[in-house]
Amino acid sequence: MTARYAVGDRVHVREAYPPGHIRTPYFIRGKSGVINDIAGEFANPEELAYGRVGLPKLTLYHVSFRQTDLWSDYNGGASDATVVAIYENWLEPA
Amino acid sequence: MSDSHIHGDDKWSHSHPKQPDIEDGPLTDYMVMTEAVGDLLIEKGVFSAGDLRAMIESIDTKSPTDGGRVIARAWLDQEFKVRFMEDVNAAAEELGIDAGTIPIRAVENTSEVHNVIVCTLCSCYPRMLLGLPPDWYKARAYRSRVVRDPRGVLREFGTEISSDVEIRVHDSTADLRYMVLPMRPDGTEGMGEGELAAIVNRDSMIGVTTVRKP
Repeated sequence: MTARYAVGDRVHVREAYPPGHIRTPYFIRGKSGVINDIAGEFANPEELAYGRVGLPKLTLYHVSFRQTDLWSDYNGGASDATVVAIYENWLEPA
Repeated sequence: MSDSHIHGDDKWSHSHPKQPDIEDGPLTDYMVMTEAVGDLLIEKGVFSAGDLRAMIESIDTKSPTDGGRVIARAWLDQEFKVRFMEDVNAAAEELGIDAGTIPIRAVENTSEVHNVIVCTLCSCYPRMLLGLPPDWYKARAYRSRVVRDPRGVLREFGTEISSDVEIRVHDSTADLRYMVLPMRPDGTEGMGEGELAAIVNRDSMIGVTTVRKP
């Protein structure tokens, strides 16, 4: 499987709230960030949690979000960031 | 039964409230489930009670000393540092340290970037190199606030990060664990590997503090 996104691409996290074992934190859903790094391919944890095999594997990215994009009242520093590992099925082009 | 007791009959005698035993709290559903699954796996012969005991002991025995050894080597040996940044588990193996199978990724503190790690969803932590996570790391207060106000949380740990340094919070949500490669403090040029390893404290590898010269 090839990675759909490249380092430097701007991506948007789907704003979805499905039930189940979801590894995408609420605070970044619906937010945009930049691909920092491609971590590799991993079995889908949303499937593994229910005893399934989690295949096909999904590409896992490190996505960097500017703190000022996440929190409207953030006053810590313009370049402060949070980096979150997100599976490809949660990303769309920004 | 009284909830206090008196012991001794000399001038040191005093009373204090009974300290609750671990079993005095209510059993949660998850505790019951954990016990039941453990019993079943032993009963079915998947592993023995001794295997389970040995595994718990092995996990409990891990400590930040191992992380400190790897950091000290990375400070002293540039080529090792490159390999460490590339693959922490393999680099630890070079020092005879078993870092386990879950990939650990190092994030390097510099004069421009200060890294701090958290697991907002649960308590993912590089246990194989740092030992069991501290209670505050697992607490909701740390997990929710360090992404919201990292500078404020670091200040509570006595760590002031200059406003021109970028703070980078790493949220361990998935199949990777993180550890911070702290900056080597000034004035430690004459120190040997063992001495350096001894000053690398656990919290500096989580990123809530920095390493100081002793």
